[in-house]
Amino acid sequence: MNKASENSIEKHDSEKNTLPITIESRNKLSYRGAFNLMVKRDLTIALRHKDDILNPLLFFIIVVTLFPLGIGPEASTLSRIAPGIIWVAALLSTLLSLDRLFKADHGDGSLEQMLLSPHPVFILVLAKIVAHWLITGLPLIIVAPLLAVLLHLNEQSYGALMLTLLLGTPVLSLLGAIGVALTVGIKKGGVLLSLLVLPLYIPVLIFATSAIDTAALGLPYGGQLAIIAALFFGSLTLAPFAVGAALKVSTN
Amino acid sequence: MFEQLNLQVNAGDIVQIEGPNGAGKTSLLRILAGLSQPYDGEVFFSANIQEQKLEQNIHDDSELYHQNLLYLGHLAGVKGEMTAAENLTFNLALHGLNTDTVDENLNTVNLLGFEDSLASHLSAGQHRRIALARLFSSQKQVNKAKIWILDEPFTAIDKQGVANLEQLFLQHAEQGGCVVLTTHQDLTIAKENLKKITLAYRFY
Repeated sequence: MNKASENSIEKHDSEKNTLPITIESRNKLSYRGAFNLMVKRDLTIALRHKDDILNPLLFFIIVVTLFPLGIGPEASTLSRIAPGIIWVAALLSTLLSLDRLFKADHGDGSLEQMLLSPHPVFILVLAKIVAHWLITGLPLIIVAPLLAVLLHLNEQSYGALMLTLLLGTPVLSLLGAIGVALTVGIKKGGVLLSLLVLPLYIPVLIFATSAIDTAALGLPYGGQLAIIAALFFGSLTLAPFAVGAALKVSTN
Repeated sequence: MFEQLNLQVNAGDIVQIEGPNGAGKTSLLRILAGLSQPYDGEVFFSANIQEQKLEQNIHDDSELYHQNLLYLGHLAGVKGEMTAAENLTFNLALHGLNTDTVDENLNTVNLLGFEDSLASHLSAGQHRRIALARLFSSQKQVNKAKIWILDEPFTAIDKQGVANLEQLFLQHAEQGGCVVLTTHQDLTIAKENLKKITLAYRFY
């Protein structure tokens, strides 16, 4: 900046009170209350903005249905690639929905209010991520078995598919939130977001599809599931702090 | 942006920050609120902790500072998808304030009858009023925020609304709070209650 400012203070001190302002009260705050408040708010907004829920879900369904059309209805080929298709489609549709996590709040100033609230930022961030998963992750899990039928997924793999989605989709929301928080201040951050976030999704994709393949062979897939669970708990505990720090940088 | 800016805000002060567009009024307010980090320099607040008066950096005990801070930026922080009443209730609850008098306070800012309209269906001024209703409701509460930092609070507000707000600022200052605001309008608040800081461009 090639400018600096002079400041001239016209003082009209009133005689009655020239003490510096002193803060005294410290209220009792309920973290759970703040968490519930935020989840409720985000769900209310999502339910009034139904395309937020429907668009990623329809995207997921359409992407998965395109594959049998493009590759052909041969059952053996489809069942071989089914886990990969479902998981890649889940990654992409999560990516599509990530934008709504902080973008709107950043646009209308509620994000600033959130950062200035007396609650720790990670509580509010965690609440927003939970709401995001309820809106986008949960519907995916519900329709996934139907799409698996379409792709002739091996009968023994359904349990593994559901379990990996149940543990894996929250990881997608949590890791994605870090990317969104970093790019929220950028006008066209969409491409940058996918470049940042998709590489982070690779471990989940590898272990989830491997678990489903292993299940198809009738072998135990507990190991892969344990690794996804570890990723879930790791990101659950660490991601909210990373997101909070990233948001502070983005709004600076 | 600023050089040798030294500012102490006392209880009972109403400080108006003036200056041409781009002089750094909003930046100064964001630094005071703790949203932006200054390149150099610090912001302190005086806190009464366990009977001791301490000067604390706002980032060291941000929880305590934020409990006593009410910041309204350029953007009002009002969600278009929620109704006027829901917006106000959420904003108050987020800051740990009582939400019993929401309807009454919407009435004070002339939004009676619009409680259940979605904020996106309201006009720009009414939108702004939803955010300002927070000032009116927090002012009446016991554990209210003492420090008000308001960036252009009068944007899109009609004359009567401005007069009501000025009255509210005076009341707040009388009760030991302080108000730091930017505005291009001339305030009608008497000179003895008002401090002015003028930021100016200086070219090298």
